[in-house]
Amino acid sequence: MGRAQRGGGPKRPWAALALVTVLLPVVACGGGDDGGTTTLKWYVFDEPSGAFAAAAERCSEASEGRYRIEMALLPANADEQREQLVRRLAAEDTDIDIIGMDVIWTAEFAQAGWILPWEGDVADAATEGRLEPTVQSATYDDTLYAAPFTSNTQLLWYREDRVEEAPETWDEMIDQAEALPPGQNDIQVQGERYEGLVVWFTSLLESAGTSVLNEDGTEPELEPEATRAALEVMKRLATSSAADPTLATSREDQGRLSWESGSSAFMVNYTFVWPSANANAPDLAEEMAWARYPGVVEGEPSKVTIGGINLGIGAYSEHPEESFEAAACLAGDENQLQAATDGGLLPSTEALYEDPRLTEATIPGTDILAFPYADVIKETLQDAVQRPQTPYYNDVALAISRTLHPTREIDVEGDVEELRSAIERALAGEGLL
Amino acid sequence: MTTTIPPQAAGQAPTRPRSGRAQSERKLGWMLCAPAVTVMLLVTAYPIGYAVWLSLQRYDLRFPDDRAFVGLDNYAAVVGNRLWWQDLTNTMIITVASVIVELILGFALAFVMHRAIFGRGPVRASILVPYGIITVVTAFAWRFAFDPTTGFINGLLGTEQSWFTESWSAYVVIIATEVWKTTPFMALLLLAGFTLVPDDLVKASRVDGAGTWQRLTKVIIPLMKPAILVALLFRTLDAVRIFDSVFVQTRGAQGTESLSILGYNTLITRLNLGLGSAVSVLVFVVVLIIAFLFVKGFGANLAQQRGER
Repeated sequence: MGRAQRGGGPKRPWAALALVTVLLPVVACGGGDDGGTTTLKWYVFDEPSGAFAAAAERCSEASEGRYRIEMALLPANADEQREQLVRRLAAEDTDIDIIGMDVIWTAEFAQAGWILPWEGDVADAATEGRLEPTVQSATYDDTLYAAPFTSNTQLLWYREDRVEEAPETWDEMIDQAEALPPGQNDIQVQGERYEGLVVWFTSLLESAGTSVLNEDGTEPELEPEATRAALEVMKRLATSSAADPTLATSREDQGRLSWESGSSAFMVNYTFVWPSANANAPDLAEEMAWARYPGVVEGEPSKVTIGGINLGIGAYSEHPEESFEAAACLAGDENQLQAATDGGLLPSTEALYEDPRLTEATIPGTDILAFPYADVIKETLQDAVQRPQTPYYNDVALAISRTLHPTREIDVEGDVEELRSAIERALAGEGLL
Repeated sequence: MTTTIPPQAAGQAPTRPRSGRAQSERKLGWMLCAPAVTVMLLVTAYPIGYAVWLSLQRYDLRFPDDRAFVGLDNYAAVVGNRLWWQDLTNTMIITVASVIVELILGFALAFVMHRAIFGRGPVRASILVPYGIITVVTAFAWRFAFDPTTGFINGLLGTEQSWFTESWSAYVVIIATEVWKTTPFMALLLLAGFTLVPDDLVKASRVDGAGTWQRLTKVIIPLMKPAILVALLFRTLDAVRIFDSVFVQTRGAQGTESLSILGYNTLITRLNLGLGSAVSVLVFVVVLIIAFLFVKGFGANLAQQRGER
């Protein structure tokens, strides 16, 4: 039933071109050792400020010719990074030495045997002085599987000219927003059916006092009372006059854009919004303040989900020893600091949050502080929580986002049950999700 | 008086007893086809067979040690899940709506291309432009156009609709994207159909007093029937496999998840090769059923269509 193809002479150049395109990667893969220097491939997303490239350069030099770190760039989107890596790792690709891993991959990669455990001195060095939750994010089954590198979490951003005092709970925030005139009272959150929704839900759930999975990660935990409280917040916000009309398709960046347009009073988002607002809407940025992510229970500080990049060692690497050493170097304080000041990626080493090189750093090209919120974010990170640490993370995340989206249609009582059964199915690894 | 066309006039080659010459031509035909058939077998039969083989196993990339043969369990799990039927319905909504609109628009465009007196080349080329654009790019362009913050559609229509947050409007955008993107393909196939209609016949019916509508329904469309059916068949099969537009515009949210998205989620996101392959094989079966219905039910004669061109 194929469509009729007219073959012929003029098409030949295309065929040749296609052949070249197919063969090119094969030729390009032929790299390897030259003159005693081992080449290590670091698979990581293309960090736009060049901080990662600088780190690779710095560590290559520090090795005094024993190894050279070459970057293999992955897409910016975490799902796409994972797709590429998983396909290679499942095929036992020896080209992957060091992996820039999103914190949510640890359990999956470790369980499948795609990354090597960190043991002994290298493990001690990789975790020394790191914030506890960042170490936790790199740990699976009581074994360290990666070196904590950069970290990330959300803050509450609000408009000082519209809000007198930062709210401590979500209910308080929605009350405050509803009292403001429409058109300037939106609350920006991540409501699209994707990872951001899982992050939002997990943070609410943990702040309410329960978690998605039990300690072993084998069964859903979801204590009913606390789960109800978390779902009530999501439902209340979505049906409130303070909800952005595009809540159901809102991601971090849509939230940032709406925020910069001036329609919002509150936003929960990552710290990239700070330099962005200062560049795109400087007047608005002057009115911009930050506080700890709101809690769910009065008097209980929030527990926010941690993000970031850890460095794992590919299990099929031909140079594991050098790779461990190189990864430990890449995750070092100097490189974290540059990733922070140039790229805005928060460090995992606790002491850096008090280092004047960070606290006094300014947004490039301005005299505005780049990390004025350093103390708040450090506090948030110290109390930060993990997304479910299970090899079935993607299944569980799919189950959560599918059950809760769109948040305006959450049926609090029914969805407590629905969530539990969807997550049970996900953990069984059977059936469609 | 209206003119009716005997089937023979549609240009069916009368069957003759085969001569020796015809037989050797047939043999040559097969020999010329052989390389293509071999390549087709390599690039299609092998992956299809492998997918079927995978679909009979419990095989999760993350748990390579648990791999086992489970027979038809995966199929039972898929067909027994309401999600499969929900997504099948979603896919059918998108398919039927987009193919009908494409057929009507495609017919009009084909007519324009057929009748263009001057600038025939530019007219045809410009109609084909959307088909030349990569689907993902098209999907993004439409998504940005309909985005309430960055898009121009709300300004144009004077609405404040947030298009991707509700089911009906998300369908409208997805279907509109599909229509815009693939109507040219439909038009191209229908243009081939127009060339099947002998001008003399249309003129003769006009002399006999047939009006515009009668000429269209009694002469042109019956003669074009093979081309229309083939165009419908190709477009339906393509539309059933819709992935790009949905993935880019809603990621399957708001009840727009198509079968291909389901397969992607299971196979690529969840790395469940067994279950995911079962979904893919079932999509293939759906496609086969549709093709069968077209060929047997409506009598879409592919060979005849090809012979006519």
